[in-house]
Amino acid sequence: MCLSIPAEVLSINGDMAEVSVGGTKYNANIELVENVNIGDFILIHSGYGIAKIDEAEAMDTLNLMQEIKKKAGRK
Amino acid sequence: MRNDLSIQKSTRRSLTIKFIDEYRNKKLIDEAVEAIRNVSRKEVTLMEVCGGHTMSIHKFGIPSLLPKNIKLLSGPGCPVCVTSRNFIDDTLECSKQDDIILTTLGDLIRVPGTETSLFKEKARGSDIRIVYSILDAIKIAEENKDKKVVFPGIGFETTAPLSATALIQTRDKGLNNFFILSAHKIMPPVMTALIDEGVKINGYICPGHVSVITGIQIYKPIVENYNLGCVVSGFEPLDILQSIYMLIKQIEQDSPALENQYSRAVKPEGNKKALEMMYRVFEPIDDWWRGIGNILNSGLALREEFKSFDARQLFDPLTRIDSNKDMGCICGEILKGLKTPADCPLFNKACTPVDPVGACMVSGEGSCATWYRYAREAV
Ligand code: SF4
Repeated sequence: MCLSIPAEVLSINGDMAEVSVGGTKYNANIELVENVNIGDFILIHSGYGIAKIDEAEAMDTLNLMQEIKKKAGRK
Repeated sequence: MRNDLSIQKSTRRSLTIKFIDEYRNKKLIDEAVEAIRNVSRKEVTLMEVCGGHTMSIHKFGIPSLLPKNIKLLSGPGCPVCVTSRNFIDDTLECSKQDDIILTTLGDLIRVPGTETSLFKEKARGSDIRIVYSILDAIKIAEENKDKKVVFPGIGFETTAPLSATALIQTRDKGLNNFFILSAHKIMPPVMTALIDEGVKINGYICPGHVSVITGIQIYKPIVENYNLGCVVSGFEPLDILQSIYMLIKQIEQDSPALENQYSRAVKPEGNKKALEMMYRVFEPIDDWWRGIGNILNSGLALREEFKSFDARQLFDPLTRIDSNKDMGCICGEILKGLKTPADCPLFNKACTPVDPVGACMVSGEGSCATWYRYAREAV
């Protein structure tokens, strides 16, 4: 029950949004997440959006090990 | 989340799932494993607190990727597993009233109470309905105004704000037949209680989705007062391996710190609105954790202003103290990280997910259920 899933926001209607998880559509309450726009990815937990996913941070995480390697190589 | 497994299954067929598949990339995982092997020298034990992490760790076979000197222990972060027997007995008591519809998340339904479970009572005819979200429970209340609808609120800081938000919504709608039986809990007190009890670990893999709400500062006292590294982690294999790498590096350099690996979802300050909702509706109380005991200010009770939504006024709640002894079940020691399911003589014998003896075998995130699913042969 602690699982949350990243979902893309397809449309917004007040506090509710239609979201897609890999093509499967769900409705989610987005009252708790600020500044949600269509095309954003949000984490959905038990029918509620709980956070917006930050694309730049996501990229940094993917590149983290490369960065570490580069730094180690430079030493 | 609604039927998570079916989502994963149905999405696996589709192209890729953004923010999931990249973090399962074999090359990146190999690099992380190599980085860990390069820095790791000391014998260390790390505890993952969150049941979601326990599940990922075993699903993706992470222990087999790590050098032998790194051990992972599961902690008390599966909400179902730590829910007290008293609480289950209370929900059962509730479900026996003719004018009550008890709605519950599926996870709770097989958890054994003292004599029976919601599953057995449902089979006997009590009006117990499985819902995927508190929003479904509210809908049932709207459609059954002549009944009282009770929702047992379990879970940590990730779910408590959702219960709070839902309650405020029902109040605004003027709905007066919806009630919450709160067993919501908060994470930091149990994390310090375990160390106080003498559980020997070298660092915490901190719960990602709790931190989405709380922010990362809640772990600062653990770093400062207990000298233990805390890394907030995401749930994919790359996330967990990176978090292990960060912790190992801290340990090897003798510099425990608070770090955030899951920065794509966890802002340092958390989700302020959700946190504000949570504390508007709930206030901290001492609470009982199954298998662990009473922990100061570790639970959440409805504030006076919201007491009219408290299901405890609808029946006589129990006051007796929970027993730690569950017919030989060692869930408590497993939740404290002192033992693993392999140490339990009942595992995969008297205790299976179909006929569980303890709560750790019930929830998909429980240690015993996770071992049953992914590591049964090794026991
Ligand atoms: S295997 Fe069953 S009886 Fe043993 S600790 Fe786990 S839940 Fe308890």
